[in-house]
Amino acid sequence: MTNPSSSSPLPLDVTDLTVAYHEKPVLWDVDCVVPEGTLLAIVGPNGAGKSTFIKASLGLIPTAAGRIKIFGKPYASQRKRVGYVPQRESVDWDFPTHALDVVTMGRYGHLGWFMRPGKTEREMAMDALEKVGMAEFAQRQISQLSGGQQQRVFLARALVQDADLYFMDEPFSGVDAATERSIIQLLQELRFKGKTVIVVHHDLQTLKEYFDWCMLLNVRRIALGPVDEVLTKENLHRAYGGRAAFLRS
Amino acid sequence: MIDFDYTLTTVVLGGALVGLLSGVFGVYALLRKQSLLGDTISHAALPGIALVFLLLRVKHPLALTLGAMAAGWLGTMIMPAVVNRSRIKLDTIIAVVLAVFFGFGLALLSVIQKLPTANQAGLTKFLYGNASTMLRQDVHVMAAFTLISVCAVLLFWKEFKIATFDADYARSLGLPVRWLDMLLFSLIVVAITVGLQTVGVVLMSAMLVAPAAAARQWTNRMEIMALLSALFGMGASISGALLSSSITHLPTGPATVCIITLFFLISILFAPNRGLLWRWIRRRSHHGEITQARLLEELYWLEQNHEPGSHYHEIRSLQAVNRERIDRYLDTLTQQGWTERSGAGGIRLTSAGLKQVKTAHAEMEGKERL
Repeated sequence: MTNPSSSSPLPLDVTDLTVAYHEKPVLWDVDCVVPEGTLLAIVGPNGAGKSTFIKASLGLIPTAAGRIKIFGKPYASQRKRVGYVPQRESVDWDFPTHALDVVTMGRYGHLGWFMRPGKTEREMAMDALEKVGMAEFAQRQISQLSGGQQQRVFLARALVQDADLYFMDEPFSGVDAATERSIIQLLQELRFKGKTVIVVHHDLQTLKEYFDWCMLLNVRRIALGPVDEVLTKENLHRAYGGRAAFLRS
Repeated sequence: MIDFDYTLTTVVLGGALVGLLSGVFGVYALLRKQSLLGDTISHAALPGIALVFLLLRVKHPLALTLGAMAAGWLGTMIMPAVVNRSRIKLDTIIAVVLAVFFGFGLALLSVIQKLPTANQAGLTKFLYGNASTMLRQDVHVMAAFTLISVCAVLLFWKEFKIATFDADYARSLGLPVRWLDMLLFSLIVVAITVGLQTVGVVLMSAMLVAPAAAARQWTNRMEIMALLSALFGMGASISGALLSSSITHLPTGPATVCIITLFFLISILFAPNRGLLWRWIRRRSHHGEITQARLLEELYWLEQNHEPGSHYHEIRSLQAVNRERIDRYLDTLTQQGWTERSGAGGIRLTSAGLKQVKTAHAEMEGKERL
């Protein structure tokens, strides 16, 4: 997975990350180092700070302490190498626009001020829709897409960013089993191309099948590493408390 | 007969600019679910107008507009500042800012009315709007602001759009969303203060929201929505101005708002896809399709009890399990060639009907497998 001789800096290197909201820690002193070409799942109970971790890494929320480096540099200078899939519920899907237009937004960062997306951008967006199996819905108003289709539109939007590191916040929520499989296949393809993909995930059952690495989070980092090493009874108990008995008997 | 004299041309031109501006920026207020923002800004602008007049003692159009803008802007910026720094919710602070600023403005107006200067008359037109007192000078000021605002929207179109649709994502791309929001809200303040003289503080929020809400009904594209909204705003403003000039004592503001409300009602009721009438028709036709499919299915199950194709089933056995009248739907099915009737109240599936049922079954299984 990692090439030890390469000196290329780590895709994500987080040290001592602390985020607090009204004097209550949401993330506390979290370290997270992710090697290149890893498919990493962030798991943990509700309110564990999974989304917060992603948002803090992207500089979307203020941090109380800690240092975040993307490919060895601060996020601000590495934006074009990072793709983001926000939670589907975070936007109003009744917005007057169609699927292709939403995907085109993935190129806005590269376009720069005042430039309108043109033929090149639309072609890239079409390609991305093709990859997620949504080409026939390009002109569809986004409220007329199913939850899984909306999720795939967001995924396509991140794909056109053509990034090296992807953050995805619950890309499997509201998605049926078939779509989940096609999405994970896509993520694995990205990983084979040497991209690093960090995903907030909920299902402990599929963790081992889908992901290489896993970070177990509950405000503090419980464990980080290959899925097998992380998913011990002890770690799960520390993250989920008594509820872990239901999750993995 | 409408006579296009100096006053009327002025009023029509001014109205068109107001309609254009509030139409375009109403789209953003609506899509950001901040329709009440217009109400707050227009009420907050009043003390600005009164203060400028108290200082200058003349009704200089540009100065009054700038005063209105400053106060409206202050009111707008206070709201997110308070929400971000406390646990007070947005709707609370909207109500507080609106009432406090407006109350202060009214107090200043009553102070002005007691001044010995004869020049104070006409400031109350900002309350209900009166376009007939508008001068060419006023129109020039409005035109300048309109030009600047429309240019800004064209320049920042994609930035405003993504910041409205998905602010977090826009931020992750490196767009300065906070500055974009501030610019956009400042432009909304401009749009509202420009309209105050003709429409008035009290009714201005309708001018901001109604054209956009009407436009949203007709299209699923933001570009077209903005264009339509501008057209609706202009149409309502111009016809409101014409109406009030031909009917004595009818102020422009209320006339304009009545017309835009009419646009809004028509759009809510009759627009294709989103309109209520359209939805009603679609629900009826869905209902019909579902009933037909169910009747075919029921016939198919009746068929299972006998030798295939040997037997007409009594229509009464279908009626027994259906609460509503099904004759109409059975007629349609027969016309489609999916069922055939016998003279004596019997009905059965044709081979085409059988095929239809099986296709439906296969489709359903396919969906389950997915």
